Formats: sequence, structure tokens, C-alpha cells
Amino acid sequence: MRGGALLAALAAVAALAAAPPLLGEYRTTLLLPVFGYGVALLGLNLLFGYGGLVSFGHAMFVAAGAYAAAVVTGVWRIESFEAVLLAAAAAGLALALPVGALCARYTKIFFGMLTLAFGMLFHSFLFKFYGLTGGDQGMRVRRPTLLGLEFEELDKTAFLVGPYYWYCLAVAALLALLMWRIVRSPFGLALRAQRDNPRKAEYLGVEVRRTRFVAFLVSAAFGAVGGAMLAVPTGLADPELAYWTHSGTLVFMTLLGGFAHFAGPLLGALAYVLLQDWLMSLTPYWRLLLGAVLALIVLACPQGLMGLPALLRARLAARRRRAAAPHPAPAE
Amino acid sequence: MSPPLLETYRVGRRYGDFVALRDVTLRVHPGETVAIVGPNGAGKTTLVNVLTGLLRPSEGWVRFLGSDIAGAGPVRLAQLGMARAFQLVQVFPELTAAETIAVGALAQAGRGRRMLASLGADRALRARVEEVAAVFGLGPVLHRPARELSQGQKKLLDVASAFALRPTVILLDEPTSGVATADKHGIMATLTEAARRAGVQALLLVEHDIDLVETYATRVVGLRGGEVLADLPVRAFFADEEVTAALVGRRPARGAQG
Ligand SMILES: Nc1ncnc2c1ncn2[C@@H]1O[C@H](COP(=O)(O)OP(=O)(O)OP(=O)(O)O)[C@@H](O)[C@H]1O
Ligand SMILES: [Mg+2]
Repeated sequence: MRGGALLAALAAVAALAAAPPLLGEYRTTLLLPVFGYGVALLGLNLLFGYGGLVSFGHAMFVAAGAYAAAVVTGVWRIESFEAVLLAAAAAGLALALPVGALCARYTKIFFGMLTLAFGMLFHSFLFKFYGLTGGDQGMRVRRPTLLGLEFEELDKTAFLVGPYYWYCLAVAALLALLMWRIVRSPFGLALRAQRDNPRKAEYLGVEVRRTRFVAFLVSAAFGAVGGAMLAVPTGLADPELAYWTHSGTLVFMTLLGGFAHFAGPLLGALAYVLLQDWLMSLTPYWRLLLGAVLALIVLACPQGLMGLPALLRARLAARRRRAAAPHPAPAE
Repeated sequence: MSPPLLETYRVGRRYGDFVALRDVTLRVHPGETVAIVGPNGAGKTTLVNVLTGLLRPSEGWVRFLGSDIAGAGPVRLAQLGMARAFQLVQVFPELTAAETIAVGALAQAGRGRRMLASLGADRALRARVEEVAAVFGLGPVLHRPARELSQGQKKLLDVASAFALRPTVILLDEPTSGVATADKHGIMATLTEAARRAGVQALLLVEHDIDLVETYATRVVGLRGGEVLADLPVRAFFADEEVTAALVGRRPARGAQG
């Protein structure tokens, strides 16, 4: 099983690495946000899937990362993307310290509403403080260097579908590995224990509130790093990134992929990006269809795409049982 | 006599106007198995909650190993060496039995906060988990999620995870409730054996089954209406007909049950 997971992960990375020449420019550009979203969602799902805490404010950290990228490249004129990623993580942490200190005291709907409220506050801040943040205009994110290389000879698209694509793939893979370690650590176990039964966890020595707080910080750092990765292709840090509907979209992506599985958020990011592109090409009412898909997932496959194989197997087994026993057994 | 492990002095606890505990003074010494008995609503669970630092007493004080623990909270007490199992069985539904025991074992080893250490590669942890599981006969279900276990297995797992803390004192609130009469002795025998092996110095249990109390307890504390009516060595307790009648009803003849 463990070997299987490793093989699947390696195969996925290899396939993504080989994809750009096969897919061509347009489809490769389409794939780019998958890495940024994938990283942000790994963070979201540490809280959601492992901690049982559904944040409706995660987009504020994605936005914080994007604005950090804008400040570092545009205001400070530092072009190194490594510096951008570090600054994004730091910005995410700085924002999460006060927000998390408050939110980690609550669970369930209270946690959800509180994170939503902080997300809205942060959006207003970005929107209203025109002098600092550019208000509704946002802030420009300039093209960074990767590992000190400028790639001057490449135009913007060639840079994005070439070096930037592979760089983001590598960052996403490394951060996925890091998250894999975290969820399988004593800390990860404590986080799952408090999700299932906080009272019992406390009696076993788990510092429940501290555990939630630390998870919140890690989650925010991942969100912000993902946000910085997303901001380079668009070249813009925009207040709408922090808008609450974006937080909703992040939760939707996680549900789509399956919050109960480690790879669920990564698959969710990929599936969402492809689904959105497809629906947008079909109809201007794509949001309506996206809503219908969400409803369908919650009703028919609450474990998301990752839960689909198990669901199908269970259905098949049930059908076979019914076929084997033509007369239904009387209810007990 | 050695100093008490756990001690309360004139503890009172109110819920609003309702007095659930009044003037409770008691001591638990090393080597003792103290049974708390009394009718429903006598305040037994409230007393356990006060003793485990979950509830702050309205009056009086509680000490564990000499330090005041009023309202200290469960995490602090787990660190100090006090463990507890609940009246209503508590498990982590999605965690396996091994993971459940590991939660306690990691806290006890002071390694519960580590973020990058791999659980899978931790041999010492695995050995400890298997050792605890073996004592409670949970070896065969070690890798099953707790929600799939039988009620009896859940109960054992609840207690096993508490034992993984290597506690000095363990409090068990009705460890045999919801278990078939025939299995009660088995569970109690497992528990006392586990306690002996784990180096638990004192056991405190709330128990309705007086047959079990008589077999396993060394001392009996009788509560009624939140007050201590009797605090006697087990023989003296059962020899006093007035006390037994008031606290545990008429005593059935031995062997008439089960
Ligand atoms: N949180 C609470 N708020 C108000 N009253 C409470 C609360 N908890 C317990 N009580 C009351 O305090 C009294 C003692 O309750 P407690 O649970 O300690 O009794 P018990 O001896 O454990 O009973 P049982 O044998 O049924 O478990 C009861 O009358 C109960 O109704
Ligand atoms: Mg009770």
C-alpha cells in the first residue's frame, strides 16, 4: 500500500513533467493554476480533512501570498522567486497568528463563520486601503527569476509553460512530500484524534487548542505559498482573491477531490480547473452547472473523486449480492 | 503511612443552585483500589470530574501528588500521571486501535508534538503499542478503525489508551457498564492485571455491581446526595448492614447472580 502510494505519486509527477510538449501551450497554461491551488488546498485540507475544521476564509491566505509576491517583486524589486515564496509563507504566518489564535478556540460552524468573517475583513482591507494595496486595481506581480535564472530570451508565455511550469511542479511535489510527513507525524495523529473526540484526546495528553493553532499556521503558510504561485501567471494580486466566494471555491475543490484522502485536494484542483474550462466553453451559465456538480458530489459521492472507486466497488458488490439472492431477506 | 497520591479536602460542587457534592474529604494511598458507590445521581461522576481537574470545585481543594490540581485540566493531569476512562465509552471512530493507543503512548513519551517524525518508522512506539494491546487482548484488531470494534472491545480500547500514559493513578467511571454480566469479571480481571503490570499505584473506580466491588476493591466510599456516607475498608463496609442497605440496596446472596 505504501509502496503503491509512492509509485502512484512518482507516476503522476513524471506524467505532469512530460505533459507540456504533448499538451501544447494553451492546455499547459490551463494546468498552471493546478500547482498553486494544489499547494493551497493541501493546507486547507490539513484543517478540513485531518483536523475536522472547515475554513471559509482560506482565500485570505491565498491573497496574502499573492500580495506578498507583488510587494517583493514590484515594490522591493527583488526578483528571486525563492524569496517570493519565503515572503509569502511569512505573510501567511503573520496573518494567521492573530486570526488562528482566535479561531482555534472554536470548531464546527463557529470556526467556519469566524474564518469567513476574518476573510471578509481582510478583503475589505485590501479593497479600501488604496494607497497600500492599490484598492480594486490590485498590485502588479512582476516576472520573477527562478534559481537566479532570468530566462530573458523567453517571452511571457514561453516562460510560463516552460521553466515556470516545471518549477511549480517541483515546488508542489516537495510541499506535498512535506505535508505527507506532517500528517503521518505524532502531530498529525494528535490532529486527527482531536477531530474525532477532543475530550478523549485531552485526557490522553493532547493539547487540543495548541494542535489546532499549529495546524492553522501550517495551513495558512501553504495557502500563501500557493497564492504566490498563482499570482505569477496572472501578473496581478487582486482583492477578489480574498473574496469569500473564492474561499467557497477552495472548499468546493477539496470536496470535489475528496477531503478524506491525502491526494484528494490535488486531484480536486486538477478536476476543478479542467471542469471549469470545459463548462465555460459550453455555456455562459457555467456557474449554474458547477453548482449542480457540487450538489451531485455531496449527494451521490460525498467522498469526492478519490472515494469513487470504493463507492463503485460497494455498489457492484451489493448488486452481485442481490443477483445471488433473488428473494430479498426480510428486514430484521 | 506513605503520603496520599490523591486527596480532596471538604470539596463541594454546585450546578447553579443544585448541590452535587458537599464536604467531600477523601484520600487515596498507593496500593489501594477505591470503589465509589452510590445510587444514580449521587454525584459519583461529578466527583470523578473534580478529581480529574475537569470541573473546578466550588469549595475545598484537590491535590494530586502534593500539588493543587483544582481545574488544572486533563492535559496537565495526563502529564502528571493521572488517567481516566469515561462512563460512556470514548473512542476515536476513524483511528485504528493501534493509533488510539499511540496517542497516549506518544504523550507519555513527551513526543506528541513532533511534526516531522514518522509514526510508521517508530519501532519503540510500535513495540509499546503492541505491548499495551496484548495486555487488553486487542492484538487481533490492532489495525481496525475503532468504529468497527464491538462495544466490549471499544471499552477495552478506551481503557488501554489511558494505560498507555503509564499513569500513577487511574480513574475508571463504571468500567463494566454496558457489558454483559458474564463478561464483567473478565474485564475487571484484565483491568487489575493491567494496572499491576503497568505500575499503576492506585485505582479509583465507580461501580454499581457490588459483587465486583467486593471482589476487587480494597476500600469503599459511599456517596449519597453528594455527601460521603461511608468511607471504609471493603470488609468493614460489607459488614455494616445499615451502610450497605443505604448505599447499594439489599445485598444479594453471593452466587445468586449471573
Ligand atoms: N452539568 C450539570 N448541570 C446540572 N446538573 C448536573 C450536571 N451534571 C450532573 N448534574 C446533577 O448532579 C447530580 C449528580 O450527577 P452525577 O452524574 O455526578 O451522578 P452519578 O452518581 O454519576 O450518577 P449515575 O450513577 O447515574 O452515573 C445529578 O442529580 C445530576 O442531575
Ligand atoms: Mg455517573
